[in-house]
Amino acid sequence: MTQMNEPLLRVDNLTMMYGDRVGCKDVSFELRPGEVLGIVGESGSGKSTLLRSISAQQEPTKGTVEYQTRIDGVRDVYQMSEAQRRLLMRTDWAFVHQNPRDGLRMNVSAGANIGERLMAIGDRHYGNIRSNADSWLGKVEIASERLDDLPSTFSGGMQQRLQIARNLVTSPRLVFMDEPTGGLDVSVQARLLDLLRGLVHDLNLAVIIVTHDLAVARLLSHRLMVMQQGKVIEHGLTDQVLDDPQHPYTQLLVSSILQN
Amino acid sequence: MSEMLHAQNVAKSFTLHTQGSVTIPVFEGVEFMLSAGECIALTGESGSGKSTFMRMLYANYTCSQGSIKVFHDGDWLDITTASPHSILEIRKRTLGYVSQFLRVIPRVPTLDIVAEPLVALGTDRKTATDKARDLLTRLRIPERLWQLSPLTFSGGEQQRVNIARGFIADYPIMLLDEPTASLDAQNRATVLALIEEAKSRGAAIAGIFHDHETRDAVCTGSFDVTSFKVGAND
Amino acid sequence: MEQTVKNPADGAPDYNFAYLDEQTKRMIRRALLKAVAIPGYQVPFAGREMPMPYGWGTGGVQVTAAVIGPNDTLKVIDQGADDTTNAVSIRQFFAKTAQVATTEKTAEASIIQTRHRIPEKELREDQVLVYQVPIPEPLRFLEPRETETRKMHALEEYGLMHVKLYEDISRHGHIATTYAYPVMVDDRYVMDPSPTPKFDNPKMNNMAALQLFGAGREKRIYALPPYTKVKSLDFEDHPFEVQTWEDECGMCGARDSYLDEVILDDQGNRMFVCSDTDYCAERQEAGHRGPQHHDQPLGTADRGKAAE
Repeated sequence: MTQMNEPLLRVDNLTMMYGDRVGCKDVSFELRPGEVLGIVGESGSGKSTLLRSISAQQEPTKGTVEYQTRIDGVRDVYQMSEAQRRLLMRTDWAFVHQNPRDGLRMNVSAGANIGERLMAIGDRHYGNIRSNADSWLGKVEIASERLDDLPSTFSGGMQQRLQIARNLVTSPRLVFMDEPTGGLDVSVQARLLDLLRGLVHDLNLAVIIVTHDLAVARLLSHRLMVMQQGKVIEHGLTDQVLDDPQHPYTQLLVSSILQN
Repeated sequence: MSEMLHAQNVAKSFTLHTQGSVTIPVFEGVEFMLSAGECIALTGESGSGKSTFMRMLYANYTCSQGSIKVFHDGDWLDITTASPHSILEIRKRTLGYVSQFLRVIPRVPTLDIVAEPLVALGTDRKTATDKARDLLTRLRIPERLWQLSPLTFSGGEQQRVNIARGFIADYPIMLLDEPTASLDAQNRATVLALIEEAKSRGAAIAGIFHDHETRDAVCTGSFDVTSFKVGAND
Repeated sequence: MEQTVKNPADGAPDYNFAYLDEQTKRMIRRALLKAVAIPGYQVPFAGREMPMPYGWGTGGVQVTAAVIGPNDTLKVIDQGADDTTNAVSIRQFFAKTAQVATTEKTAEASIIQTRHRIPEKELREDQVLVYQVPIPEPLRFLEPRETETRKMHALEEYGLMHVKLYEDISRHGHIATTYAYPVMVDDRYVMDPSPTPKFDNPKMNNMAALQLFGAGREKRIYALPPYTKVKSLDFEDHPFEVQTWEDECGMCGARDSYLDEVILDDQGNRMFVCSDTDYCAERQEAGHRGPQHHDQPLGTADRGKAAE
């Protein structure tokens, strides 16, 4: 139980400047295993910048990102060697892009897409890799007979599910998601949300999900951070932030949603 | 009777920044106590803030002042200052809430939605599903609907799914927001029976009931929120 | 130190020895030394324009020019053959610009420049094998960004190579890559062995001769020092295998060499012959005979006869 309470990720005073322009400023938070943190805000509010900086894709101007690694204890991800960092990123971390084309290899089969991370960490048994890929295809509700098909023959929703399978095959503990339901039809979104929620629960995944869709944030995240002009202006329990927003901008954001 | 929830000197006001930052005071100086085995009706006329108060008890709304302590795992925790992690833990294991709104992911079968709180507590899926079946049966949701998403159901059916989900785990404290509002007599009787069962296992219950009969049937006491309205005693 | 070669016979202008100027050769040798020091690592070099088009072996020619001396004997093969246009023209190029001895015999050569084959005869420590390489980057198939592939080499991130092999098996039931089959060099760098058939991959392993690779268009040099471990990538349950043939060489009867298929007529008659012409000729001189050899008694060379 003590391990549950130890943060998996600790972000401290993270600031990203583009010259004089603020990308994100003084962001601090902790994330525990199995916890889902939503980051909401309008386009340009700095949420994607923040996600890139946390996920070791863009070194911040200031501040630290510390991660509880499986073997080396707590490490500052920007103090790791590039080799260690890239290993972390393709094993214990995962990144789900809004556009599946950014997260998939479109010119190799679904099976190879899922198997890539396994091969990258030294799996050299074709049969095992293939059956592992097949079982993951099942977990994301794609029929086995599509294992050898190219992702380009998949629908948008299937591509997104394939991207998730490809990312989760190495059992990462931390998943970054950038608008994962962004380009999808409403009905397809629901299926993906359901799938994500199940996986998050079953695999005890910690997730940082960037979205501008408050309904998605409500259904998936435990905690919510609201960003405006690069700063976190409100941060708390998801339903508290959405149902009793305190900051003027959050109130505006919440009151702008069309009710259904 | 052991005390389970204690609100002290609670105040609440809303500041509407989108409407010229007008501040609307709602309550001040609220003192409220809830013990195991009792069912307290929150009363007050429509618009008096019964639901607001209940949401504060659930930490869905923040408090402007005061404390709301909940007896959780042998300790008193103040939900007005507790971390989100603690609140989620409290909600998972101690504090149940039947709201008037069904908020679920589309496509998820009714049976899974009802079973979910038990699964989250670590009960194995089979046991949880069996209990969900029992509750749905008692609440007269036809079995042919169990594999469908409740979002396609009628208002009354959705309400009953919400109740089944709210009663599946034996929460020590339960908050019920108009649990019988859109139910027919038979189903209302079932809900009353569920509340009685909860009381007899020692649950501390606070509820908003729209009709006197229900209130009189299950409540051991009442609490009029109107007396704590700002300006009520002027 | 400048050496020039005069060609009084055809009145050609004076060339520096082996065409390239000495500074360029020194630059290439420095790249070669670095390549030898880091087996399998692609070393950039300032490739020069050569008097032949890219794709005709300009990388190999520059490497050969940098290592050849007046006492060397040069052999040039293209797909195993000494008598194809590409091989003949490169051989003539060095005969003219360096006036070195040339040969078609593997055993007599001190430098062998090759396109797409390794001679069947085992090479020795006093020989150098120079490969012409069209595409030096084995990772490019799946990762087009050069910055990324360099980083992958640097960090030994080679999972992607197996993605390619995985794709092969899932499509064809076996690893269908038959040439430019990727190898792991000295347990460190993944290397493209140039478009040699995978049949030749095992010959690269622990070879006595120095192996040098030159990519002219992409201006890269890499190398395998003598006796370097070279392992073809594979899966535990789909191990690396070389091609095999049902047939023997129609001319010399060899069963252990790489065979080319030759279509004999419009009826689809065909025969197989050694791709290594020197190896085949040597065997024939030693008395070996295949079924289509002209010396064969009638009746056993039916298919060969039909072609006449």
